[in-house]
Amino acid sequence: MTSAAVHIEGKPTAKTPQAPKKDRRRGIRSPYPSWFYIPAGALYLIFFAVPTFSSFYFALTRWTLFSQQFIGFGNFVQFFQTPALTQGFINTFIYGFVTSAAKVILGLALALLLTNPIFGRGYLRAVVFFPVLVSTVGVGLTFKALLDPFHGVVNQVLGFFHLPQPGWYTDPHLALLTVAGVDIWKGVGIATLIFMAGIVAIPSDYFEAARVDGAGSFKVFRSITLPLVRPAMATVIILSLIGGLRSFDLIWAMTNGGPGFSSDVIASVIYKQYQAGFFGLSTAGNVILFLVVTAIMVPVQWFLNRKEADL
Amino acid sequence: MTVTRAITTASANPGERRRGPRRPMTFRRFTRKYLIGIIAILVSIIVFLVPFIFILLQAVKDPKEAGLMGLDWPTTWQFGQNFFEVIQTNNYQLLAAFINSIVLTVVSVGIMVVFSAMVGYLLHRKRSKINPIANFLVLAGLIVPPAVVPTIWVLQGLGIFDTLTGMILIEATLGLSFAILLFRAFVATIPRELDEAAIIDGAGPMRLFFQVILPLLRPVVVTVIVVQAVAVFNDFTGPLYFLPSSDNPTVQLTLYNFQSQSVSQYNLLFMNILLITIPPLIMYIFFNRQIVAGMTSGAVKG
Repeated sequence: MTSAAVHIEGKPTAKTPQAPKKDRRRGIRSPYPSWFYIPAGALYLIFFAVPTFSSFYFALTRWTLFSQQFIGFGNFVQFFQTPALTQGFINTFIYGFVTSAAKVILGLALALLLTNPIFGRGYLRAVVFFPVLVSTVGVGLTFKALLDPFHGVVNQVLGFFHLPQPGWYTDPHLALLTVAGVDIWKGVGIATLIFMAGIVAIPSDYFEAARVDGAGSFKVFRSITLPLVRPAMATVIILSLIGGLRSFDLIWAMTNGGPGFSSDVIASVIYKQYQAGFFGLSTAGNVILFLVVTAIMVPVQWFLNRKEADL
Repeated sequence: MTVTRAITTASANPGERRRGPRRPMTFRRFTRKYLIGIIAILVSIIVFLVPFIFILLQAVKDPKEAGLMGLDWPTTWQFGQNFFEVIQTNNYQLLAAFINSIVLTVVSVGIMVVFSAMVGYLLHRKRSKINPIANFLVLAGLIVPPAVVPTIWVLQGLGIFDTLTGMILIEATLGLSFAILLFRAFVATIPRELDEAAIIDGAGPMRLFFQVILPLLRPVVVTVIVVQAVAVFNDFTGPLYFLPSSDNPTVQLTLYNFQSQSVSQYNLLFMNILLITIPPLIMYIFFNRQIVAGMTSGAVKG
């Protein structure tokens, strides 16, 4: 913290000449002192802004933390020429979209179910939400044991019914989707909660009016619930996309990106390159992840906002 | 933008939908209420409860049975033995990790709450040229993935890489954006007249904030504390990068250590999972409402 004070001094000076002038004119000190920005601003600057901006430079170097050599776009060229790394790039999109879409659909379905007066609703709400609070690595390791291709409970049950017993995370074609499935299991609780809050906020008069006009359950859902729950849906899409595109710990706990590189995503590539000591390449991965997330989130936000504004 | 505008009130509470006058229970309504409910409960037991029952059973089995990874009832109950063995592994590493995790969570969430309350307060109350920039930075903080190796470089430059201090500051920084959004929305519900009254009574800016505003922010403070405490406690990626040595692990890293060890210790691994699930469980039991409020604050436009 002591060294933090050195860094921040540049920030407030830019605006201090203005604030006192105004105050002197009024003759009262502002009750809202601008230095309230400084503690949070200092943390943000040192531990978030500086690393983020410097990553654009370090991505262009061969870097060992002690020495750096400028190599232009070499790291990016390497990233997109190594099939293992390109695979991670593609998988990031698959993982992000699959988890996000499933959370929207399942979350909405569960929210519709749990806003109805059904038996055992309190229990159901609690049990759907609880996985959200459990450690991601713990969940990953638990499902790794449950889905074990030979001893796992899931395959034992499938075997009992003479169904095929897939190698959930040992089959390269299935590994990424298996991890995505566990991610959905863990994250659907938040989506459900957000949708529930959205549904409960719809004025009940609308539902009553629709019923009086003779609308059936499906019609009510399509014409009232679905359009009016859109702010909640926007939140779910945005949160789950941000989380899905950046996700690392579940993948790392379950497959380490394997078998081979079949379930690698950008975030796990970043960690692998960091472990191997290729800091420049790892940072290039970080910049690519930044660009991917921004390139997806900015249009998605714009689109969802525009739709909201139309309503 | 949606995240900012949508996260408006921390008191959004998915309560009950208003019930109309009681209608007689027809057969159809009866099936709707009980049949669907019972089916849902059965499905939920298979999908959501079995994994947790599995954790519990694995945690009390002996090593050989746990290695089979079945859902069978354990023949020998080894709760105490597994418990003490997990704690003693690696020279009481788990105890040290619990202390580290608790210190990390408490201090970083404390910093986060005070600093972001100050910013949220200012963002709502004071009109200045910084506001649009600050709003943009808050949003960027939510979306932009943190750059890992450059952060390590910064930490090393400050001499706090691989220390709990460094980790605390990182966790506090990464939680700022979310907390600021909640605080800014909640400050809007506190009338400005209160500020004016306090100023007329002679309160300075510090007193106004810490003795008048901050106590009134209590509901949202609790929400931020609970949600962020669970997030920091469960964070695995942060400690993996910024606390790599085994001198001061957090609880999530102890799990990772067990994973890389031999296969015959499944009972200990699951006992470890069980133990580190207890703090979030306690939080959930006591602060259910605040957690729900914090997580659904984006759902309702207002």
